[in-house]
Amino acid sequence: MDAPLHAKRMIVNMGPSHPAMHGVTRAVVALEGETIAEMKLDIGFLHRGFEKSCENATWTQCFPYTDRLNYISAIMNNTGFALGVEKLCRLDVPDRAKYLRVIGSEIHRICDHLTLVSAMGLELGAMTVFLYGIEARDLLWDRLTELCGARLTSNYCRVGGVARDVPEGWIEKTTASLDRVNELAGEIGGLLTRNRIFLDRTRGTGRVSRQDAIDLGFTGPCLRAAGEPYDIRKAAPYLVYDRLDFDIPVGEHGDNFDRYLVRMEEMRQSDRIVRQCFAQMEPGDIAVKDFHYVLPPKPQVYGTIEGLMAHFKLVMEGIQVPAGEAYSYTEAANGELGFYIVSDGGGRPYKLGLRAPGWPMLAALPYMVRGSLLADLIPTFDSINMIGGEVEQ
Amino acid sequence: MSKAVTAALKEKFPDAVEDVYEGVGGDDCAFVRKEAVAEVCRFLRDDPAMAFNMAPYVTAVDYLGQTPRFEVVYNLVSTTLNHRVRLRVKVPEADLAVPTVTHLWRGADWFERYCFDMYGIRFTGHPDMRRLLMYDEFVGHPLRKDYPLKGRQPLTKEREFQDLYRGPGPAGRD
Repeated sequence: MDAPLHAKRMIVNMGPSHPAMHGVTRAVVALEGETIAEMKLDIGFLHRGFEKSCENATWTQCFPYTDRLNYISAIMNNTGFALGVEKLCRLDVPDRAKYLRVIGSEIHRICDHLTLVSAMGLELGAMTVFLYGIEARDLLWDRLTELCGARLTSNYCRVGGVARDVPEGWIEKTTASLDRVNELAGEIGGLLTRNRIFLDRTRGTGRVSRQDAIDLGFTGPCLRAAGEPYDIRKAAPYLVYDRLDFDIPVGEHGDNFDRYLVRMEEMRQSDRIVRQCFAQMEPGDIAVKDFHYVLPPKPQVYGTIEGLMAHFKLVMEGIQVPAGEAYSYTEAANGELGFYIVSDGGGRPYKLGLRAPGWPMLAALPYMVRGSLLADLIPTFDSINMIGGEVEQ
Repeated sequence: MSKAVTAALKEKFPDAVEDVYEGVGGDDCAFVRKEAVAEVCRFLRDDPAMAFNMAPYVTAVDYLGQTPRFEVVYNLVSTTLNHRVRLRVKVPEADLAVPTVTHLWRGADWFERYCFDMYGIRFTGHPDMRRLLMYDEFVGHPLRKDYPLKGRQPLTKEREFQDLYRGPGPAGRD
């Protein structure tokens, strides 16, 4: 048993779309026995030309493109983009719209973390966890469908506000759903957190020190799991995060298990945030009343010439964003989601740069797995939560 | 937010920093000369009053028609002092090379490769300057403004690859 393995260097191609790695990414692994001597990543299989597409669409038409960046937390991407354009327009949205954006974002944060945690369990052999996770996510997706009309590509934000107000009785229904989601998340935690197999495969694997995490440009749960308490919601509060009370969970070792724990705790914090928003939110406008940015209400379009003109100009020419450049950054589920926006004063973005949260983490993957076992690649790849849509744009 | 960063930059590098201004929403921005960008970045990272320990985003813009055609934009953040700065570096079309900052922040690695892939801007000193999202044989740089929307690419030969069982050789060999 102790005899060394036949140590000829072996090259293994994992993927694209290897069953154990969620995502279309090819990992070329050079193995020495079972140890990863070297690894190279090959991405770009999903490249859709996000930036080029947006540069040839009006500002409003970009929203569906942003949805598809991270298809599990679409509203966060919407919000990030809307905040960027509003920053450039120097526009302040009404309070109720801010609360609605936060509610949408935080529900989506729970969905994202649920998906990651349960998929991580699944790929390490815990199928039940995945079923619980998907049940919980489906409950929230039902509420989001009622809110924005789409199940997966929840397109909710607009420049200047949100698309529509909450339906009747939605708040009570969502509170009930969140209660059930909490129960299910508790079940998931009960099945995983003290599970021998799960612990053995995640504790001490994929470790990144605090210094390295900062150097490699980590953000979000992966950075916080390494011990750096940086969260944009606290560091540079946007929307109404400065009025809400929540904690930032911080890990100690920066390994896969810590990243799992941080996400479990963040789900609880998001739940707190949503409930506080429900309590604080007051009736009011959900979008600015300025026809330069927001479509006029239909009675005005059909009844007045100003409404009609504003409608057609907005649809055909798009919102006229003042020339300039801005960088907006928000805390998405996986970290800093940035939009670098350049406008030439026209109805279309001149440049729309996307800073995807998963990008530096995926870039760091070869560094993280070097010298570890091949089996450790799976939980490490899971826990950074690489989303093909945003990383490959 | 903090005028201190741009003021310090202006004072420390009077030649290299061409202009500083306050961007939309109060962001600190500075135009930096291309040759000095690594030096300015080193100061920003190492000076305790700056402490920009992270480079979360580096990107490029193609201003087609203007004389220095390209621009590389560095977004830097300090997680300890909680401030941000944006450096803009103008890159003329005749000399598409910028010093790398990967030796300062390893996180900048893929962002620089992205700039090379999409805009054709080379980063001197980068350890692995290859295409990132496009395949190696791709002709042109898709995010340049003069790359056609419906551009077509020629077919390429199948690549040589390392075969696990049969050793290196052409892909179609049996």
